[in-house]
Amino acid sequence: MRNFLSDKVMQIQPSGIRKFFDIVSEMKDAISLGVGEPDFDTPWHIREEGIYSLEKGRTFYTSNAGLKELKIEICNYLKRKFEIEYSYEDEVLVTVGGSEAIDIALRAVVNPKDEVIIPQPSYVSYLPCAVLADAVPVIVKLKEEDEFRLTKQQLLDSITEKTKVVILPFPNNPTGAVMRKKDLEEIAQVIIEKDLLVISDEIYSELSYGERHVSIASLPGMKERTILINGFSKSYAMTGWRLGYATGPAEIIKQMLKIHQFAIMCAPTTSQYAAVSALQNGDKDVEQMREAYNQRRRYLVHALREMGMECFEPFGAFYVFPSIKKFGMTSEEFASRLLQEEKVAVVPGTAFGDCGEGFLRISYAYSLEDLKKALERLERFVKKLEIRAGVEN
Amino acid sequence: MREKILAVIEKNSRINIKDLAILLGESEIDIVNEIAAMEKEKIICGYHTLINWDNTDEEKVNALIEVKVTPQRGLGFDKIAERIYNFPEVHAVYLMSGGFDFTVIIEEKTMKQVAQFVSEKLAPMDAILSTATHFVLKKYKDHGTILVDMIKDERMLVTP
Repeated sequence: MRNFLSDKVMQIQPSGIRKFFDIVSEMKDAISLGVGEPDFDTPWHIREEGIYSLEKGRTFYTSNAGLKELKIEICNYLKRKFEIEYSYEDEVLVTVGGSEAIDIALRAVVNPKDEVIIPQPSYVSYLPCAVLADAVPVIVKLKEEDEFRLTKQQLLDSITEKTKVVILPFPNNPTGAVMRKKDLEEIAQVIIEKDLLVISDEIYSELSYGERHVSIASLPGMKERTILINGFSKSYAMTGWRLGYATGPAEIIKQMLKIHQFAIMCAPTTSQYAAVSALQNGDKDVEQMREAYNQRRRYLVHALREMGMECFEPFGAFYVFPSIKKFGMTSEEFASRLLQEEKVAVVPGTAFGDCGEGFLRISYAYSLEDLKKALERLERFVKKLEIRAGVEN
Repeated sequence: MREKILAVIEKNSRINIKDLAILLGESEIDIVNEIAAMEKEKIICGYHTLINWDNTDEEKVNALIEVKVTPQRGLGFDKIAERIYNFPEVHAVYLMSGGFDFTVIIEEKTMKQVAQFVSEKLAPMDAILSTATHFVLKKYKDHGTILVDMIKDERMLVTP
């Protein structure tokens, strides 16, 4: 029989997390700090709205770009929170999670051999999506000493004549890094000068601590060269509803809509109705969840430093990204031994790019009690390693 | 800072000062002082335990009594309330707007004891016009905590 598989798809590596997940799932009594989704249930008023929409028999397709009501609320929200104005008629597209938006944004703007700059460590889908869109991914290795921000110099160094798109994944999964306004202004200047387009994945925008999140699209001259991606998964604890959106210049959204309409048709109708309630009545829920995450964030950073793990203070998302370099192991070794010996699952930094080597992603989307339990085990593991290292010396 | 302390300890009064200080990003001394001040000002009125007695062998009966009264000259509602809340079997007394004056919540071991309390102690009081006693059949949620559900983490152990 012939080989039916496409060369392009064969080129893509399966997600590094998947491999690790298979091992974890076999361990029945493992406790996990490895998830990338909120521990909160979706607030009840949102679920209730979803149930109500089903009761009313709203079980049909919506228009391809999404419910008008929802698009209007998305525009209101972006104006209210980030001071960016979009027209609901042609600058908004409701997608199946932020993930779909990433995929179709790349496919809508990239020609073969165009270069797409992808800062890493970052979410696992940018690189494969770029490859599937026939782009050439160019990796920028973010550095711990820059607190994993994308610096102007790094950006300049990776730009060539073929560069077209820069992915901006902040607040960042897995590092928890954020880009403050002054950081974004420096980047924006380069983007405009070099005539580039930004795909800004701001799915964690609500989970920004200390200062409010600033969207690069709100900076002068940037709205017309930014595809802003956001969604409901993280801010409203709605991961399973699979709902996100992209906003941007009408001519780009129009092309993304073509791919969306032929590949997906429309985002789930129930989720769209529920999301209207999220945007209309959910500000307080977001506030409460952010406060809870912020408390755990402080707790986790403190606990990790107490046990002697180096860890920069992250101000976004719900991850910390401690260094394990001093233990003389690879991330994957550390993670699998931690799993074997203490039955705690964390994600090796390398799952998010080679430059994640020497780091772990630890999630704080857990109750304080669960965090404590896991941290006790982690501490025991670290102590064991230190004693062993002491003996060897 | 007070609101933040209260928000945490309202849900978990057993949290230790050290953890609380870390969670809120404040110093332990400040937390201790604030809590002491709030105890003194009767903002914090106690540290109780939420018990679902249904899951024990202990028999408990809770009743909610609607009470209508005639406030007497010079005494007002507060004085009548005081005469009610001083009974140890009374768990809570609220002054209400609407069709009746007080809600009185009492806890006893048997329905008979509740009936006795109402007929022998509460109803005969001078100011009291009428009472209507409602028994609690099942508690679903109390103090913001759902009592009937076991919460289970159904997330996959590792996700990107």
